[in-house]
Amino acid sequence: MQMTCQDTFSRIVTDASLTPKQKSNYLALEAEASLPYPNVSSAVSQAMDSGIICDMFEGHAPFKPRYVLPDYAKYLTQGSKYLELEPARNLDEAINALTIIYHHVPSVTNIPVYLGRLDELLMPYVAKLDDETIYNKLRLFWIMLDRTLPDAFIHVNIGPSDNIICRTILRVDAELKQVAPNLTFMYDPDTTPDKLLQQATDNICECSKPHIANYPIHAQTFDDSGFGIVSCYNSLPLAGGANTLVRLNLKQVALLAIDTQDFFTNTLPYYCQLMYELIEARSRYLHEESHFFTSFLIEEGLIQETRFAPMFGIYGMAEAVNCLLGETKASSKSYGHCETANELGYRISAALDKIVKSTPVTYGYRDRALLHAQGGISLDKDVTPGVRIPYGTEPDPVTHIQALAEHHQYYSSGISEILTIDETVKSNPQAMYQLCKGALSLGLREFTANVASNDLVRVTGYMIKLSDIAAFKQGGSRTNTTGLGAEAVANTGILDRKPRVTSHEQAPCYES
Amino acid sequence: MLRVLEQASGDPVQQMKNERSATVTKILNFSCVDGPGNRLVIFLQGCNFDCKSCHNPHTIGQCDSCGLCIPSCPAQALSLHETDGSGLIHWDKDLCIECDACLQACPKQASPKTRQYTVTQLLAVIRKNSPFITGVTVSGGEASLQLMFIVGLFSALKSSPELQHLSCMLDTNGSLSESGWHKLLPYLDGAMVDLKAWQTETHKWLTGRDNHRVFRSIELLASRGKLYEVRLLHIPGKSDFDSEITALAGYLQRLPSSTKIRLNAFRHHGVKGEALEWQTCSETDMTVLAEGLTKLGITLVLPSAYL
Ligand code: SF4
Ligand code: SF4
Repeated sequence: MQMTCQDTFSRIVTDASLTPKQKSNYLALEAEASLPYPNVSSAVSQAMDSGIICDMFEGHAPFKPRYVLPDYAKYLTQGSKYLELEPARNLDEAINALTIIYHHVPSVTNIPVYLGRLDELLMPYVAKLDDETIYNKLRLFWIMLDRTLPDAFIHVNIGPSDNIICRTILRVDAELKQVAPNLTFMYDPDTTPDKLLQQATDNICECSKPHIANYPIHAQTFDDSGFGIVSCYNSLPLAGGANTLVRLNLKQVALLAIDTQDFFTNTLPYYCQLMYELIEARSRYLHEESHFFTSFLIEEGLIQETRFAPMFGIYGMAEAVNCLLGETKASSKSYGHCETANELGYRISAALDKIVKSTPVTYGYRDRALLHAQGGISLDKDVTPGVRIPYGTEPDPVTHIQALAEHHQYYSSGISEILTIDETVKSNPQAMYQLCKGALSLGLREFTANVASNDLVRVTGYMIKLSDIAAFKQGGSRTNTTGLGAEAVANTGILDRKPRVTSHEQAPCYES
Repeated sequence: MLRVLEQASGDPVQQMKNERSATVTKILNFSCVDGPGNRLVIFLQGCNFDCKSCHNPHTIGQCDSCGLCIPSCPAQALSLHETDGSGLIHWDKDLCIECDACLQACPKQASPKTRQYTVTQLLAVIRKNSPFITGVTVSGGEASLQLMFIVGLFSALKSSPELQHLSCMLDTNGSLSESGWHKLLPYLDGAMVDLKAWQTETHKWLTGRDNHRVFRSIELLASRGKLYEVRLLHIPGKSDFDSEITALAGYLQRLPSSTKIRLNAFRHHGVKGEALEWQTCSETDMTVLAEGLTKLGITLVLPSAYL
């Protein structure tokens, strides 16, 4: 055991394709992995070993929440004692203060996953600055973010209202076409002018960003203190976040069921119960042992312990449905293509929703976990993220949206589909706009599209550059997520299909 | 989520129109290349031109249920309905693996995979997709061969309060007669017309028909403000847009400024017969023609990709 550990350490330390910082991260992960796992029953350990339940490689001793969404507005207006900063008085000071605090906001990847709803945050500091000055400042800020926080999980929110910061960020993002930061534009049919939505959907044609979030649906899910979209399409309470994410492989659960009835009455409830045991064990460690909730973020009121919730993730819906229906190979009767299969999927989502809404947890948002359609990680094989339709078998974008829209009401902490649009849309961006409006009007929480020829591609929810994948094989990448992307490309055949999105989050272990 | 079927508008004439049916080759829910915004595109079977360069030759003919395609199907998706005495070819969509072997096997440039739709049935499809689309485009084949069906469909759209915001477009080879256009114009928002060649001899050689009707259609549509787009398929060495560039540009210049002029590149995809020997249109070929036309004052829409 000792030897294996040391071998791994030395392989990491001498790996030619990692930077010193990336090496430090992997070393830390390995060190944490050498600690004992939180106490769970043997049933849970077995379910984890056989790949039915997965802790997303969050580590053995959770000492930081998975996602943290600080109240940056409060921070800017009150300054920070811990960081020895006065309240910001102008745009430069506000940007500078944000740049500083980003380096003190932890997450599962050690890099902040949420950078704030920047237009709302910065508008109070715009004063009389002219458009070009604002543009220049934001452009430099954007370049800084990509180069110093090079991880496609970091996420900026803008919208739904029309303002100069929002418009300028869209302009800068389309110009620079960077991997980081990831970007969500909030759309509210009551406040967002059509022209602004059009600018956002034009951007998608340029660089497959931003994602468009259905603001009214998200806002209804959370209270007046607000929410944010972080990492890859996870919506979480502002001034809080997710303490942990545990996910259930529905495909495996379906394989263990005798038939559909057995699935609903026995297998599914049983494994959900094991999920809760793991959620409790992990969040208890974080909240009770790790001393995370004594940090300056708490002391200065930027986060509140009661606004953290566990995310109850699921994936492999497509395989589960096909397995329960006895559909072994892709056909017009498979999930995504047939009413009967889709209906069974909705029933599963509704059953999960009922379980999650009725099961209390010790550390939750309103004492509950939040249901999440998990977007896959790079180590997944033969199992489709969330409730998505398997890669390469997706129908046209309209049929695709119609098949999945019904699920969206249930996944309060996030769900996303990835639509691949062929590049003819570039000379007719109005079509993208129309598709987006249709999708949101049908109740999609999040609209995400990839244009087939874009160099920027989403692999499991984060963005990578196709050119970076090629380069990574040669000599390593500056961007943390390219490694994940390259792995996902090799394991999941993601590029077999056209360029595309999937969603999601976690850095797996070194060379696992 | 039951949707109300087409409210039987009290109008008996429209009710009759709603019974009309057409042979549909395919319906696309999403297209960015058949008019403004996202289009629901309905392809109707059958064409009166016989273009050597056709990219969808299986849309030209009408199936007569001869059954010759049946043995070519690897998935047993095709059969003749002998039992009900109709003797019609039957295509089982669920078994079909979309290999298109049947299209290769058919001697009549037809397809066993078509379906009859009434106007009422198509309205249901359109209603289901309406939040996603800017409008409906009827294409082909040559759609105008089933003119009265299109008139029925478009007039129904225009008189439906929930669907009348959708624009109604036609994709055509321009062969429709003037009296035909007059039946359609009240319900038509715009047309995309293919001009296959400038000289009538060239046009005849490429399509089997001369192009006088095509020019007449273009001019009629232009005068009514309904000429959305003119499409030129550039086949290097075969079409004559480069050799006749001055005359062509002069003509195009007289069209309304709102009319888009789209250049399409000839490819081998789907093509059968002698045209497979022809050289495809490269990006360079296209650039040469495009620069020539631009110099003569024509604004163009160019292909976004070359295959
Ligand atoms: S598609 Fe062609 S081969 Fe098949 S039955 Fe019809 S006409 Fe005959
Ligand atoms: S495309 Fe034609 S030949 Fe191929 S499976 Fe379908 S019906 Fe059969």
